[in-house]
Amino acid sequence: MNLHEFQAKALFRSSGIPVPEGELITDRSDVPPAWSRLRCQTAWVKAQVHSGGRGKAGGVLRASGEGEAEAAVARLLGSRLVTGQSGPEGLPVDQVLLEPSAEIAREFYFGMLVDRARASVVMIVSAEGGTDIETLARERPDAVTTVPIHPVTGVMPFHGRRVAQILGLHGALARSAGALVVNAFRLFQESDAQLLEINPLVLTADDQLLALDGKLVIDDSAAFRQKEIFGLRDARQRHEAEERAHEHDLNYIRLDGSIGCMVNGAGLAMATMDLIQHHGGQPANFLDVGGGTTVARVSAAFKLILSDTAVRAVLVNIFGGIVRCDLIAEGIIAAIREVQVNVPVIVRLEGTNAEAGRAALAASGLDILAAADLDQAARAAVEAAG
Amino acid sequence: MSILVDKDTRVICQGFTGQQGTFHSEQALAYGTRLVGGVTPGKGGQRHLDLPVFDSVAEAVTEVGAQATMIYVPAAFAADAICEAAEAGIELVVCITEGIPVLDMIRVKHFLNGTGVRLIGPNCPGIITPDACKIGIMPGYIHQRGRIGIVSRSGTLTYEAVKQTSDLGLGQSTCIGIGGDPVQGMDFVECLRLFAEDPETEAVLLVGEIGGDAEERAARFIADAFDKPVAAYIAGATAPPGRRMGHAGAIISGGRGTAQQKMDALRAVGVEIAVSPAELGTAVARALG
Repeated sequence: MNLHEFQAKALFRSSGIPVPEGELITDRSDVPPAWSRLRCQTAWVKAQVHSGGRGKAGGVLRASGEGEAEAAVARLLGSRLVTGQSGPEGLPVDQVLLEPSAEIAREFYFGMLVDRARASVVMIVSAEGGTDIETLARERPDAVTTVPIHPVTGVMPFHGRRVAQILGLHGALARSAGALVVNAFRLFQESDAQLLEINPLVLTADDQLLALDGKLVIDDSAAFRQKEIFGLRDARQRHEAEERAHEHDLNYIRLDGSIGCMVNGAGLAMATMDLIQHHGGQPANFLDVGGGTTVARVSAAFKLILSDTAVRAVLVNIFGGIVRCDLIAEGIIAAIREVQVNVPVIVRLEGTNAEAGRAALAASGLDILAAADLDQAARAAVEAAG
Repeated sequence: MSILVDKDTRVICQGFTGQQGTFHSEQALAYGTRLVGGVTPGKGGQRHLDLPVFDSVAEAVTEVGAQATMIYVPAAFAADAICEAAEAGIELVVCITEGIPVLDMIRVKHFLNGTGVRLIGPNCPGIITPDACKIGIMPGYIHQRGRIGIVSRSGTLTYEAVKQTSDLGLGQSTCIGIGGDPVQGMDFVECLRLFAEDPETEAVLLVGEIGGDAEERAARFIADAFDKPVAAYIAGATAPPGRRMGHAGAIISGGRGTAQQKMDALRAVGVEIAVSPAELGTAVARALG
């Protein structure tokens, strides 16, 4: 789960990671009192959306004085911000963060994430911050250092010294960097983070380390023990259909094609998308109906797929393991009866109770093509979608 | 022969009396798995499916000689269950549970380091040696004892691989679903190492997906130390970067972990690539020559 910058920074602050004073603005009338509380000359007005590249997209504006701040807030609040990652429809700006601008001496990059090959948390550190770290790592790998943290020891004092050395900090500032490492790792563990990123981490003109930006991504699997953090979820930052999928515990990602897919299992769902493309079509979505499927869930999946008006045909590909094919068939029949389905539906059922499932589909009197195998199903779907 | 499990493997189930544990224990018994009991803390001394229930894995090891375990406990308790099994002397831990927090799995992975205990999963279909031992959620009847070793990161896509090799009459020696999580137990390389020494396995079908570098590491191992024919399929060629495709591990990030890169790495070391999921069986048949 993604957190907003202001939410990440609140967690940074309570964990002892230094962040700028800031005021969250949800209405234009919040600006004057916030401005007087901040007592600054110039400030940044930052759109709170779940996307990187906000600066380039015009979502971060500089304001000299209250009037400019108010104008910037008016421009951002209620708009949709289209970034390089948001898709063409953009993301709603419901909140902006007002922060006094700091005088910056140097900019660094500091990140923490799970390294799957090492099976450990690693720090990613660079003395060159403010830019896209993935680009920097690709173009100048020497400028980016990875420091693993062993799960048995956690952060040790040498980790702090190492980071200070990479950033070229000495004396009291080296000790500040050490504290930052300790606090960031504690927050990472206590919040079940997948990614903690400070870009840029800055050294101010008056020799303070400060997290100017903050990103925190929490492991979805930890929702059961991170109730407070998951209470911060902003449903409006996700595509509406994807949000509805989330409510039904379905895994749905909208894509650009015309063939809707309903598949059980993430690997088979990806493979089905690939197969559609292999036969010259384009998948409209990724959808994993998962195990333990109920009629209600399959119906919901069907409605989701059909809510995309670009869908010209639907390919259902089920290999029953835990999921029984006769249950899937019941769900498909119930959903087609319930929803106005006006596109061809191609069904490929295999596995547990597949024959009973196919028989039920055939006896339903509905316009369903029951395919004999995977290739035939994909070809039929591509043909039906035109 | 086969790898890891055969008809003599003494298996227990953790989460035995729960709904999932009960259903899949019944299925395992029906398949002929030598299930010798189960564990549900607090229910020790009872009988379930006509088998003994123990409070702890240690008791199951002492009392009924458990060697392997299948875990169906909820995600919040799964890390504990894996470590308990390893500590009790279980040699093979198969964790079906999905949704285990990744920081828990990091601790588990390091706990198992150096113990010699093998973990399959989590978030996986399990392992099966056809006609001998089924530990997991796969439908048993699609399998056919035979010549192909199958190792896969996906669940239902594994069944696809099984069905296609059965339909061609090739059959399977052992099939392992290693799971779709970013931090997991056995990887492709460990499975290949075991398949290399199994005389029944004539070729291996490797089913990968986007994300991570497990397939690239497998390619390096194949080049260095694996002499049997290998075919592979990588799911997710059409997946957009930065979007997680269901599995926590299936994400293209930083331009790495694409299907194309993985296919190139495998093809370069002589692996027969299936270009479509409908060609898993024919690709391994081609690899066999």
